[in-house]
Amino acid sequence: MRVSLFITCLIDQLWPSIGTSAVEVLRRAGCEVVFDERQTCCGQPAFNTGYRREARGFAQRFIEIFEEAKPDVIVSPSGSCTAMVHHFHQLFPDDETWRRRAEALAAQTYELSALLVNVLGVEDVGASFSGRVAWHDACHGLRDLGVHSEPRRLIRKVRGVEFVELHNADSCCGFGGTFSVKYPEISVAILDDKIDAIQKAGVRAIVSGDASCLMQIEGRLTRTHSAVRVMHLAELLASHEPIPQTYQGA
Amino acid sequence: MDHLTPETFKQNARDALNDPQLRSALRNLTKTFGDRRQAVLASVDNWEDLRERARSIKDETLAHLDKYLEAFADNAERAGARIHWAHDAAEACRIVIRLLQECSATNIVKSKSMATEEIHLNAALEEIGLAPVETDLGEWIIQLAHETPSHIVVPAIHKSKKQIAELFGEKLGIEPSDDVAVLTGAARRVLRQRFAESHAGISGVNFGVAETGTILILENEGNIRLTTSLPRVHIALMGIEKIVPRFADLDVFLKLLPRSGTGQQLTAYQSLITGVKRSPGDEGPDEVHIILMDNGRSRMLAHPVTRQSLACIRCGACLNACPVYQQIGGHAYGSVYPGPIGAVITPQLMGLSRAEQLPYASSLCGACREVCPVKIDIPELLLHLRAEVVEGTASATAAPDGPMKRKPSERLAFRFYAFVWSNPRRYERGLKIARLLQRFGVRKGRIDNARGFISRLVPPLGAWTAGRDARPLAPRSFREQWRDNPGGRP
Repeated sequence: MRVSLFITCLIDQLWPSIGTSAVEVLRRAGCEVVFDERQTCCGQPAFNTGYRREARGFAQRFIEIFEEAKPDVIVSPSGSCTAMVHHFHQLFPDDETWRRRAEALAAQTYELSALLVNVLGVEDVGASFSGRVAWHDACHGLRDLGVHSEPRRLIRKVRGVEFVELHNADSCCGFGGTFSVKYPEISVAILDDKIDAIQKAGVRAIVSGDASCLMQIEGRLTRTHSAVRVMHLAELLASHEPIPQTYQGA
Repeated sequence: MDHLTPETFKQNARDALNDPQLRSALRNLTKTFGDRRQAVLASVDNWEDLRERARSIKDETLAHLDKYLEAFADNAERAGARIHWAHDAAEACRIVIRLLQECSATNIVKSKSMATEEIHLNAALEEIGLAPVETDLGEWIIQLAHETPSHIVVPAIHKSKKQIAELFGEKLGIEPSDDVAVLTGAARRVLRQRFAESHAGISGVNFGVAETGTILILENEGNIRLTTSLPRVHIALMGIEKIVPRFADLDVFLKLLPRSGTGQQLTAYQSLITGVKRSPGDEGPDEVHIILMDNGRSRMLAHPVTRQSLACIRCGACLNACPVYQQIGGHAYGSVYPGPIGAVITPQLMGLSRAEQLPYASSLCGACREVCPVKIDIPELLLHLRAEVVEGTASATAAPDGPMKRKPSERLAFRFYAFVWSNPRRYERGLKIARLLQRFGVRKGRIDNARGFISRLVPPLGAWTAGRDARPLAPRSFREQWRDNPGGRP
């Protein structure tokens, strides 16, 4: 399967290992991965702050670039930016042609775990990582795209992993894009409920599907000198840690 | 509500976050109600069907609201009620005052109603010396304390038992007690007396049935039953969106509202009121007045996106589910309707320029949409309103007011972002420059703002790093790594 990779600007510039890990995992799942270097941003910051004109420009650019390679599917290791692609059509209420193009593109655009599990039928990607991990449901992946069981199934197949469910796995981490800097005190107050649950779960790593939530969680964990590590699902799935005897077969 | 700027909202939120008693009350409320709601959903096996049906009933009603309102008015009048139409809050207040004066009412009881809060009816009545007694326990508590509701279902949730005990001690002269039975007993004694002396009762309405002219009001304390049946005159204030076409439609909403609002299968009381008493021997008021109020609703109705705001049945589930409400509570919003639905309807009722910060008071997590019993897409509405704020189009949805003003610095930032990010070369060069500059801020692989100058240089980064470390730009971007080795592992 020919997969066109959509790397969000956050991943590109701040967390490139998510991108390289996604490439590795997709290749292991048998995909041919292409990456168009003209891509930059899906325009979500503009869309979510109300700058529709700017967002429309980003959407048109995105659609043109990703249509060109004629891939089988488009995939992104981000629920939020994938959801943005699924929202593109809302930017063209009075433009039938662009709306159709937006809808067609959205129909072939997947979040990474959804592509692996639902399209490729892959759950075990041959990864290994030792220790207890928990999953944080990033809101847009969960509620806009319906991604819930897919990452959990993938994580459970990672050798050496003990998966625990946070009691508030599906509640917001407080990031919310520009919300995080418009109302930083509220954002951090929301975040602290999440951090509390992570600390109580006694995990080695907290895993999620969006770099944005992970940055939010990581920023508070390091600020409070926590030893818990944050990992993107792609990074976990690309891990090859030697597993101590006690964990084997777990 | 006066004009509430982003700064005052921020200050309100900060005050709330620094109030441990409030935060523990909020935690308790939102968790209890959230859990109860979740548990009671198990008692119906077709929850999603019910939501779908409720929404389609609301959509149908709103698409033909004129027709259903007329039918409702005709049928209610046929049953002996009198219908009054109020264009806005001021007119609604004037009608209530006129009706009270016509029947020479001086002792007035009132039940909890968001519509009356919306028009600030109590303040209007106090001005002419006709202050009504609130008879819902929570509402009465905040009336005694001269406060406003902080939740649309549980108005006094921000107050602790201790605060209420002190309040009762001061206002009712009872011995301070933390025994709930003692406190409610004291309230009952006072309120029963007020009911016995009352000339007129004022209530809200949960649903108005077009087919029969019936109004339905739900409650748990019995005070609404008394308010609407004991005094000689009953005045009901009702937003024009409260209509349902058929009596049978109530079945759907009676299953949805108590479950969503308080996690109950059914409230303790459901009062169905169709006109006045039929014969002199019957119980009930001699006069029933129903005020149908627009107050900005027809503007919401006009736009296909904002119309869904009128499907709201005021259950409060979105407040309990909202991570922002959970932290700051209702007062911080500075508006009668707080939480996600408040952030949507307040700017539409009052005008965006007076509440432009509310659509931004959300992380867009979508929890509100998930719990909404009538499937209102609140995030979509918030985004729609944000676009109206930016575009300065106080169009069909917003009250006719002056143009919105976003901070010029924000506009500039988004223009800059659109300019740089729309060209891969500019994007890459720009971020390489940023990578060089960030060397001044990075310590031990993090940007922790220890030196403070960053916040002046890049305000959003300053806001971010006040409570969190920031991840620096990576030494090599993904695209650089891909370029080096596109075939193998990048």
